[in-house]
Amino acid sequence: MQYLWVFLIGGLVCMLGEVLIITTKITSARILVAFVLIGVVLQAFNLFEPISAFAKAGINVPIIGFGASLAKGAMGAVESSGLLGAFTGGLQATAGGIAAAIGFAFLFSLIFSSKTK
Amino acid sequence: MQTIEFKNRPKIIGNYAIAGPKEGKGPFGQYFDYVMQNDSFGEKTYELAERKMFEQAVTGALQSAGLKSADINLMLAGDLLNQIISSSFTARAFNMPYLGLFGACSTMAESLATGATLIDGGYFNNVVCVTGSHFSTAERQFRFPLELGNQRVPTSQWTVTAAGASVLSMEGEGPQVCMATYGRVIDYGVVDVNNMGAAMAPSAADTIITHLADTGRKPSYYDLIVTGDLGKLGAEILIDLLEEKGIRLGLNYSDCGHCYYTREQDTMCGASGCGVSASILNSYIIRKMKKGEYKKVLLVATGALMSTTASQQGESIPGVSHAVVLEMGGK
Amino acid sequence: MKNQQLNEKYNAYVEARIPKTKPWPSLFNSFWVGGVICLIGQGINDLILYLFPSMAQQSAWAWTLIIIIGIASFLTAIGVYDKIGKFAGGGSIVPITGFSNSIASPAIEFKHEGIIYGTCVKMFTIAGPVIVVGVVASVVVGIIYYVIGLF
Repeated sequence: MQYLWVFLIGGLVCMLGEVLIITTKITSARILVAFVLIGVVLQAFNLFEPISAFAKAGINVPIIGFGASLAKGAMGAVESSGLLGAFTGGLQATAGGIAAAIGFAFLFSLIFSSKTK
Repeated sequence: MQTIEFKNRPKIIGNYAIAGPKEGKGPFGQYFDYVMQNDSFGEKTYELAERKMFEQAVTGALQSAGLKSADINLMLAGDLLNQIISSSFTARAFNMPYLGLFGACSTMAESLATGATLIDGGYFNNVVCVTGSHFSTAERQFRFPLELGNQRVPTSQWTVTAAGASVLSMEGEGPQVCMATYGRVIDYGVVDVNNMGAAMAPSAADTIITHLADTGRKPSYYDLIVTGDLGKLGAEILIDLLEEKGIRLGLNYSDCGHCYYTREQDTMCGASGCGVSASILNSYIIRKMKKGEYKKVLLVATGALMSTTASQQGESIPGVSHAVVLEMGGK
Repeated sequence: MKNQQLNEKYNAYVEARIPKTKPWPSLFNSFWVGGVICLIGQGINDLILYLFPSMAQQSAWAWTLIIIIGIASFLTAIGVYDKIGKFAGGGSIVPITGFSNSIASPAIEFKHEGIIYGTCVKMFTIAGPVIVVGVVASVVVGIIYYVIGLF
């Protein structure tokens, strides 16, 4: 049952992205930016946690989860270390994902080349 | 008068077309002189592959004309890459006097018209014209990395991997270049870089209207009126634009970009790039002219003069189209 | 002025001329592919927690992201992810795997310009704005949160 919700909500979120592509012709960079912002805003209003408790990976795997982690990290760090936390918290919380994306991309760029289409 | 008539009628005495594997599977595959096995062409980068295509096209065209590179007085070349590097570096390899042209995808007609003008004026005997494009070099320069997982929009066109070269001369046999209409730069305010057909169609219409007015001819005068790379949508728009002016294009009209790939090859609106008109002219069209199936051909190569910088700054895409009249047979 | 009107008229005409594609197939594909990617994420997360029951939920989640980002990078490198993307559109752009793809694809594409000016510089041509906007927004949220906490 849990997996069904993950699938349905994750699918719906991704389909929302496709709706944006079809209706506004925006490119993937802008889609990603828009969804990160959605995540930040959801977290800022404390709306992300309730959705996440229910949807699990369905909302965390879409890049909305990345935005929410940024905002959550910043808010959490503000609580523990004051104003400095606003600057350190966001990247701290998302460091794993960013470092993995950069690290793997760098590694594979040394090994592989673009293929003919 | 934008149209000039060449009294001495320079001839295309040598021609060569080379294309990539995807292009080779298209309807014109059997007409190309050479189809590459894979589009890196044994080179380390796609830019080097594009250059190698140019060099092979020039070598092939010289062979087909029975000339040596020392016989050539001038090379006219252009391509889509920044600072037209494929053309310049090809000229470096052949040690010929060289003029670089930039007319985007209109380069084939631009170089033929310019070459014919220079020969007709009596200043040069043999001129080689070469241009082409490569999907992978154009894609990374103008659009996105190859491996990015995005979708192509319905109006987009597929940049061809192909090059073509023609040798123009006073002596020899081949289709004659009779007239040329140099086009004006026309911009109807299209900003969508994924809709080049719509950006170029007004310039093609302008050049065709001007050509017909200058010569007093009707479209039916020609056995074939062929535009470069308007694609499916652009070609439909051109027909509409001309009909608005009371000019009806008949069954003798066709667009190279529209028919370059088969439907199954899933290229949305068809092909684009300098290589479209260059490879089709130097294979299919010239071959059919030599067989006598086409006697009078109007080639209108269309170019979208876009740059990524200008597009990002919100500029619209200007178009330019040049026309050349090719005729077969005696005076 | 007259020119601008003509241009607008032409653009409206072009817009009407653009072939209309049915949106349903691509919406459906983006839905199920996106759903499956999320399912894979959930599956990996649950597997990690099953194998390492003592691991904190948050650490398991971080590992999950690192793993699916790694998989997406690899699929990009072997030329598979762009085929998924062509088929699924938003379905493979919106998940964090799309973010990974947008970093890996330029890194691989521009390797011939050298490691520094090619791979490293171009790596963020598409994902750069995502990180910039996300970080700026989180800093703003943090500051606002701090200011509200003062009262």
